[in-house]
Amino acid sequence: MATLAGVSYQISHLDALEAESIHIIREAVAETERPVLLFSGGKDSALLLRLAVKAFYPARLPFPVMHVDTGHNFPEVLAFRDKIVEELGVDLIVASVQEAIDQGRVTEQTGINASRNRLQIEPLLAAIEHHRFDMVFGGARRDEEKARAKERIFSFRDDFSQWDPKNQRPELWSLYNAKHNRGEHIRAFPISNWTEMDVWQYIGKESLDLPSVYFTHRRMVFERDGLLMADSDYIMRRDTEEVFEADVRFRTVGDMSCTGAFASTASTVDEIIVEVSTTRITERGASRADDRTSEAAMEDRKKEGYF
Amino acid sequence: MEHMELVRLATTGSVDDGKSTLIGRMLFDTKQIFQDQLEAIEEASRRRGTDYIDLALLTDGLRAEREQGITIDVAYRYFATPKRKFILADTPGHVEYTRNMVTGASTADIALVLVDARLGILEQTRRHAFIASLLRVPHLVLCVNKMDLVDYDQKVYDEITDEFRSFAARLDIPDLRFVPVSALVGDNVVNGSDNMDWYSGSPLLEILENIHVASDRNLVDARFPVQYVIRPHTMEHQDYRGYAGQIASGVFRPGDEIMVLPSGFTSTIASIDTFDGSLDEAPAGLSVVIRLQDNIDISRGDMICRPHNQPQVGQDIDAIITWMSESVKLRPGAKFAIKHTTRSARAMVKDLQYRFDVETLHRIDDTAELTMNEIGRVTLRTTAPLFFDEYRKNRQTGSFILIDEATNNTVGAGIIGGAAL
Repeated sequence: MATLAGVSYQISHLDALEAESIHIIREAVAETERPVLLFSGGKDSALLLRLAVKAFYPARLPFPVMHVDTGHNFPEVLAFRDKIVEELGVDLIVASVQEAIDQGRVTEQTGINASRNRLQIEPLLAAIEHHRFDMVFGGARRDEEKARAKERIFSFRDDFSQWDPKNQRPELWSLYNAKHNRGEHIRAFPISNWTEMDVWQYIGKESLDLPSVYFTHRRMVFERDGLLMADSDYIMRRDTEEVFEADVRFRTVGDMSCTGAFASTASTVDEIIVEVSTTRITERGASRADDRTSEAAMEDRKKEGYF
Repeated sequence: MEHMELVRLATTGSVDDGKSTLIGRMLFDTKQIFQDQLEAIEEASRRRGTDYIDLALLTDGLRAEREQGITIDVAYRYFATPKRKFILADTPGHVEYTRNMVTGASTADIALVLVDARLGILEQTRRHAFIASLLRVPHLVLCVNKMDLVDYDQKVYDEITDEFRSFAARLDIPDLRFVPVSALVGDNVVNGSDNMDWYSGSPLLEILENIHVASDRNLVDARFPVQYVIRPHTMEHQDYRGYAGQIASGVFRPGDEIMVLPSGFTSTIASIDTFDGSLDEAPAGLSVVIRLQDNIDISRGDMICRPHNQPQVGQDIDAIITWMSESVKLRPGAKFAIKHTTRSARAMVKDLQYRFDVETLHRIDDTAELTMNEIGRVTLRTTAPLFFDEYRKNRQTGSFILIDEATNNTVGAGIIGGAAL
């Protein structure tokens, strides 16, 4: 191939990933009627939202964002969510787990390991149905978890929102199939090919704003199953679980009742990148109590409609 | 931050070839397997009663795969070296998974094909090489594995590579490499080997790190399939009208004279915009927004190219198709939805000329239909003209998928040979 002397058309991995994600987002919006983007305020959804903004710039984002609110959020993350939504001027839809509990649509788990993680499925699906969304963007990555590693970028959901891992549409080249009938929808995962490291490198490069809980801070915590859980009203402690103060940060951010912190003094993105490059524990292993239930915990939740 | 290049790898093979061990070894030796993952598969291996750590459990993500001990689907794995970030599409090797192999190969820069040194070139090896060549994977690395089980004998290695070389001469593989490895012991995977002094080449990972892939892109034929029209309707950008898309091939610059298909109108590029500012030039692979000097009617599915370098325009297309559906068959007269670049239309199968015996590569005439995992040559008639190039010149504008209109499933993957006569 001919290239101009001295001109390199090589694209860095972050530029290539960005271009792929933008292509996916535009394709999804062009081929469906009513898209929505799931935005939790976590780093992956913050990245996804930034990519979506880039995809349609200088036009405004042509779809709303939706937060599945467990009611057990980190206050810092909620504040971040509201700030970003206001800055971008996008519409925010809140699908509330608390409301679903109050209305008797789901039942609160009880006991020491009670979590509202799985309870998110019902309000999520109810909101998709209510708003007749046919394209739902999620910030899941394939390197996060082995069931996610098998999922398509355009993942078809039937009218019960179920994922059928054994009957997925082949996905070749960059040709995505968004066809569906009424009542069915597509979940699109534009950052499927990003790793945790890519995400942090991009956050650094773009100086993306994040909730403060990703960086080191002092917090009252207690230890459970090797994770440092934030002491809060949302989680029951055993008598033997003692609360102490520690410098911690969170590697992922979800429901307070199932997201653990770990001891860290990383206060900048650069320091986090160093930490991520030397860690021997996966992201979810370091922070999610919910995936420890069984080998197929994620696959089972996804089949029911989880993101 | 250091400049890293994104490289896509496809591996095919079965457990018997030691493929999982090889991948496991690469991930392990480049420290991409985490302690909690290792502990989880150690425990799972123990529960299953295997006396070794089954690294396949790392990639076999679905319950059904773990229960049956097989890889059903493409698994994506990620690893990085200081120079490169690799996306590895790991596909099962058996003939009933041909469609998965085609999927993995469709985006690959490098194909990794495994051979068991004790068994040599098998039908399966030929099929893998054939698919890599059909899908125009630019580089193929043949790993002769289990060298430890043939006493690291150079003669065995030479015989295998000679045989493969003469077979590959019938295919279209632009760059072919060989490496003798033992995935189990670790010879020539990430680190070199003391057991094969006769091998003067690099270990596998070093080969993967250094194969030059940047120039595999087509940087000559400027093609921009319009994906989405951007009209902000805001006070700030009242008259803004831009065409969003990912550059399929070639390089675009402001000031370039362009032509829009199908209308044939010409104009000049006013600017190439991104969120991060306007670009002086934009090569294949970037997602951008192109603005033109003139206000012409352009919509999704149109193609921007150069007046003196246009793709072919036509409704009769000669293509090789891999069939991917169990329930639907490809037969002459059948109609499907077709998606090609950002363009959608309907297509009818006019003729099914032959199919390949994927084991022997022989052509079988007198073929009435294509069933799952079969590969055949067809002529299609589309309801709207497509703007295409031959797949061998352009993977982006030379590929398409067929979608069954009753189930909405993707049922076929097509590569364009050219216009049908």
